[in-house]
Amino acid sequence: MSFTTICENIVMLLREYWHVFLIEGVSYTLLLSVITVFFGAILGSLLALGKRSRFRIVRGIITAFVEVIRGTPILLQLYFGYFILPMMVPALNLSAFTSICIALVINSSAYVSEVIRSGIQAVDHGQTEAARSLGLNARQTMLRIVLPQAVKNILPALGNEFVMMIKETSLASTFFVGELMTSYLKVKGATWLNLESLIIVGVIYFVITFTLSKVIAVFERRMRAGE
Amino acid sequence: MNNEPMIRTVNLHKSFGALHVLKGVSEHVSPQEVVSIIGPSGSGKSTFLRCLNMLEVPEEGQIFFEGVDITDKKVDVNLHRQKMGMVFQLFNVFPHLTVKQNITLAPVLLKKKSQQEADDMAMELLNRVGLADKADNKPGRLSGGQKQRLAIVRALAMEPDVMLFDEPTSALDPEMVGEVLDVIKNLVKGGMTSVIVTHEMGFAKEISDRVLFMDDGMVLESGTPSEIFNTPQNPRTRDFLSKVLM
Repeated sequence: MSFTTICENIVMLLREYWHVFLIEGVSYTLLLSVITVFFGAILGSLLALGKRSRFRIVRGIITAFVEVIRGTPILLQLYFGYFILPMMVPALNLSAFTSICIALVINSSAYVSEVIRSGIQAVDHGQTEAARSLGLNARQTMLRIVLPQAVKNILPALGNEFVMMIKETSLASTFFVGELMTSYLKVKGATWLNLESLIIVGVIYFVITFTLSKVIAVFERRMRAGE
Repeated sequence: MNNEPMIRTVNLHKSFGALHVLKGVSEHVSPQEVVSIIGPSGSGKSTFLRCLNMLEVPEEGQIFFEGVDITDKKVDVNLHRQKMGMVFQLFNVFPHLTVKQNITLAPVLLKKKSQQEADDMAMELLNRVGLADKADNKPGRLSGGQKQRLAIVRALAMEPDVMLFDEPTSALDPEMVGEVLDVIKNLVKGGMTSVIVTHEMGFAKEISDRVLFMDDGMVLESGTPSEIFNTPQNPRTRDFLSKVLM
């Protein structure tokens, strides 16, 4: 199998199946990642908030949840979402895509809650003390002083979580939900051109994540410069 | 009325883990009085000061501020903190706000002033400390001395009854100590009740009505500046003063 043959095959695959890769695959991958990070961020914020709760039991439950999610493979969690979730709540009639989304959101929320927690923790404690000494209560201090500063730590980290998720969603191909890795499986199945399909998908993944990482880096630098 | 101290502490005890930092401090600060606290590092002076506005919560003892026991859990300490300005060693200015917003945030948020009134007052305060031209800048590029002057007027904007200074010049480059001390001097000359933890002995001697010497979590000696600096009674005060440059 010569280099020229591989190149020719890649061109052929792109001509025949470009929509499978670029339309179906890329859009499902991005859709899954956007949904996951968006709802993961909301749920993660709630978890981070709950972790600061006065009630030890709330803190305990959240800590246990985060540890379990971070301590088990994401593929296992996807299996759980795909097979067990629809069985537990049959009334909802969850589609494969929705079940996978829910599993990814839950996974992401655990990581995002840690991102937010450490973003808040990274704000110098002197800031809190100064605000409290002026008479601001804990809530006002959090909203007006700590969070606006923590956002500078949190947003770039959330961006990186998004990049991570683009790669993690490839695991969803185990359940054939239509993202990029599923495109690979489909095209490979139809053409038996294993290597060529893999190269195409790999390049697409790389271009997306590399571009996004650079965009995030620029964004981060702009934000730091604003101080 | 003026006989009632502004701040009175009764038998304050504070520990950090196994470390017993305050071992029963009973002190008082009268209205318009300027009290400096001196002593070696780790003597508990900063902790004592931070107890006064409950940034550190003592395990034992009481703190009366204008007659109210603020260690009482039923008391809303936030209301009383509005009347106690605090200046920190590391300035703690808010980097995400402009210089002016640093000053106006608390008075507006806590509904003491309208935005317009607060803005006017901020400009007046900034003029007083020579920072008016920085009003719309973020504090990031200010020098240490400028940051500390900003921190002082930020506290003043709440129109406090007492100012607490926690080593306000210890983190400054030597050439900036003077400008900050001058601001404090002007303030106490204007009659502001102040408690100052400091290593600047000359400064303490010059502006204080009373000096407390703390060591090992206790106030070992208290008196006028000339009593403490010229005729110290306690051997540990003598020992400490012999080691510091005056």
